[in-house]
Amino acid sequence: MPDPASRGLSRRQLLLGGAAAGAGAAAAIGADAVARVVAAPAATPAEVLHGDAVVPFHGRHQAALAVTPQAHATLVALDLLDATDADGLRRMLRILSDDAARLTSGEAALADSEPELALVPARLTVTIGVGPRLVARAGKEVPAWLAPLPAFAIDRLEDAWSGGDLLLEVAADDPLTIAHAQRMLLKGSRSFAAVRWVQSGFRRSRGAERQGTTMRNLFGQVDGTVNPQPGTADFDRLVWIREGWLAGGTSLVVRRIRMDLDRWDRLDRPGREQSVGRTLANGAPLTGSWERDEPDFAALTPIGFPVIPEFSHLRRARSDDTSQRFHRRAFNYDEAPTAGSVSESGMIFTAVQADPLAQFVPIQQRLSDLDLLNEWTTPIGSAVFAILPGCEPGGFVGETLLA
Amino acid sequence: MRTITTRRAGALAIALAAASALVACSTADAPGPDASTAPQADSVVVADAWIKAAEDGMTAAFGTIANEGDEAVRIVAVESTAATAMELHETVEDDSGQMIMREVDGFDIAPGASMALEPGGDHLMVMGTTASIVAGDDVVMTLTFDDGSTLDVTATARDYSGANETYEGGDMGEMDHGDMDHGDMGMDHGDMQGADDAHGTDR
Repeated sequence: MPDPASRGLSRRQLLLGGAAAGAGAAAAIGADAVARVVAAPAATPAEVLHGDAVVPFHGRHQAALAVTPQAHATLVALDLLDATDADGLRRMLRILSDDAARLTSGEAALADSEPELALVPARLTVTIGVGPRLVARAGKEVPAWLAPLPAFAIDRLEDAWSGGDLLLEVAADDPLTIAHAQRMLLKGSRSFAAVRWVQSGFRRSRGAERQGTTMRNLFGQVDGTVNPQPGTADFDRLVWIREGWLAGGTSLVVRRIRMDLDRWDRLDRPGREQSVGRTLANGAPLTGSWERDEPDFAALTPIGFPVIPEFSHLRRARSDDTSQRFHRRAFNYDEAPTAGSVSESGMIFTAVQADPLAQFVPIQQRLSDLDLLNEWTTPIGSAVFAILPGCEPGGFVGETLLA
Repeated sequence: MRTITTRRAGALAIALAAASALVACSTADAPGPDASTAPQADSVVVADAWIKAAEDGMTAAFGTIANEGDEAVRIVAVESTAATAMELHETVEDDSGQMIMREVDGFDIAPGASMALEPGGDHLMVMGTTASIVAGDDVVMTLTFDDGSTLDVTATARDYSGANETYEGGDMGEMDHGDMDHGDMGMDHGDMQGADDAHGTDR
């Protein structure tokens, strides 16, 4: 019986293909031999800890949208209580901002019953968004885009995952940190609002692979290769709102996309790759070798069909109008299966853009009209929030809304 | 640097502070050349001050009081226009082993030390609130030191149900607070554990 290490390498050899098999086998044998011959365990390399990493809360923009996505995120939508007026909103947003500022810096919140849980921030971010009803209660004009998205033919939306007056996106590289922050924020807001829905998602753990590696979804696909990156002029232009009480803010579209893994299982590997237009191995477009290669939509197969099919997700998701782009920040979900199935999985897809109607909706419409991936994916939740501008120390997120 | 505005008409000393850092304001900024004559309030910094939200009756305020000076300080009184009376309370174990809360004459804080006021431990008792204190309100309290100097502290109200605290009394507004005996107030502190912070505990 091989030990777990060599079993792991064998599996890895399969995935990496024949070229790596020799080296992998040698390494496996080597590891095995070392384990048997050397009495003392080999010295383990120094452990790299990430728990004290802090994303500063204060600034012109809320912090989360411009950092490499954390390993975990929980999105909580709340509905305002009837009694919560503009003054209540001010008090609530001050509490949320104060809690968020403390917790993201690794300090206990005020009235924190479990202060020890706050000491590992692990890049904790708290992002506060508002829905149309909250904006109206604050007495501000509701932007035209701050409303449910137009209905798409592919939608099978459930109330359980849709809408909301207030959004809290709590993200960190550690799920215990998120759970504590989430509880403190909800304790702080429960005089003002009630939980409507909660969605939790994940990517690879911090340290499991190089930060910034494009995530894989539960279909195994490299997902999100083309994504305007924070810190670039392109990102700033696409994402940040420039005028009014939302200057420095943006919008967040939250789409819960169910992925039917059981039906996906029936699809062969070429079919899977054609549905998205990229290879499963490294996410390269079917016309290229590397993930970042530009797809060649004009390339034809020997019998005259496009190498990247017209119906593929890659082809359909790309508009000729380059203003129809947004920043994506997605997390996988994997919930308890319902009776008779073994998976209830999908993706919490969030899109960040200055104007959802101009940037997100046209792309979603194209995908709704035609995208082979729709055979296996179904949007079951949808919500649009205005992401408030950031605040400076002493201020609070929402001060421009209530000004 | 702190902007204070009245939150709503008729609100009693419940003010909004733009600053979330609860930096105390005192009458003078720098100690005099002779430290022993400097007002005690000048060497004290109160951080993380908060008050438990309460519809009416009684509540309590918490925070960390640090003595950053070279001389001991003694807090002898606390008051707020948000309450008809406030008291300095300690939590101690009585003869039967139960943790009880009782008024003390003063909080002593050694130089360089800080005192934690927290649920289940020492606290500022608030009696006869003059208006409901709701989450997110700021309540200004004034600490008085035994040299007569004073320090204003702004505490943010938070919803809090922890530590088996029950501060709600019956008709507290009618009672003589000076003679108040917690044993008659319907407070349930019998199960309180972990209230082991003595005055002046270094944190």
